[in-house]
Amino acid sequence: MNLNIDVKQPEERYSVMTLVGEVDAFTAPKLKEELLPLTQAEEAVVEVDLAAVNYMDSTGLGIFISALKSAKEYGATLKLTHMQERVYRLFKITGLTEIIDIDTSVKEGGS
Amino acid sequence: MSTFDFIEVKVPAKPEYIGVVRLSVSGIASRMGFTYEDIEDLKVAVSEAITNGVEHAYSGEENGELTIGCGVYEDRLEIMVADHGGSFNLERVKEEIGPYHQEDSVEDLREGGFGLFLIDALMDKVEIKSEHGVIVLMTKYLHENEVGRDGDQVSTSQ
Repeated sequence: MNLNIDVKQPEERYSVMTLVGEVDAFTAPKLKEELLPLTQAEEAVVEVDLAAVNYMDSTGLGIFISALKSAKEYGATLKLTHMQERVYRLFKITGLTEIIDIDTSVKEGGS
Repeated sequence: MSTFDFIEVKVPAKPEYIGVVRLSVSGIASRMGFTYEDIEDLKVAVSEAITNGVEHAYSGEENGELTIGCGVYEDRLEIMVADHGGSFNLERVKEEIGPYHQEDSVEDLREGGFGLFLIDALMDKVEIKSEHGVIVLMTKYLHENEVGRDGDQVSTSQ
């Protein structure tokens, strides 16, 4: 019921955040605190790897909406990758697949 | 009146207990024979309702406790989440509660974003009541073939 957050910066202005665990109202504040600053750099590219996120609810969706808004403001790019089928479904139901860049070519199948 | 098992859990209205209730409900649903997909839907819906309750508790008064009630029926699971902390009578609350309309209490429950929308999308039936605190009552039905599989659980008649 926790969330581990790992951030690597292979290049300047290119961050890869890897999440492991669950995103809910308990873990979301930490995620927001770590993710938003990454998007607040001109033309930064931020990739969030969700392969190991096995649970997410609307709190998580809200964080990614905030991050997307922040990225747009700074001309940065936010991309979500390796999303599990169940998590993808929530983005689909809420229509967020239309506004957030989700790399479905590397989507992980549900367990 | 149909017979059912009732499970009630009270937790402090704090984010750290959302996952605890989520796992409890997951266990109950799993025991009832819900599919993996349905259990995942239930986990999200319950968490959304509790997250709403936690936000309510943070925004003000009351004693900061949430009551979660699970009615386990042969063909369905009914989950109630109340943010006033007091015990509730399942039958009475069901009589008082009205159907959820798109235009109801949106200000209250939508503040978490997509919370209520997801509950509505993931559960078969959702009702809310928001006069004294907020009560969310949501139902998910077992699919017919699964009920058939549990056909040996015949309710006892006197």
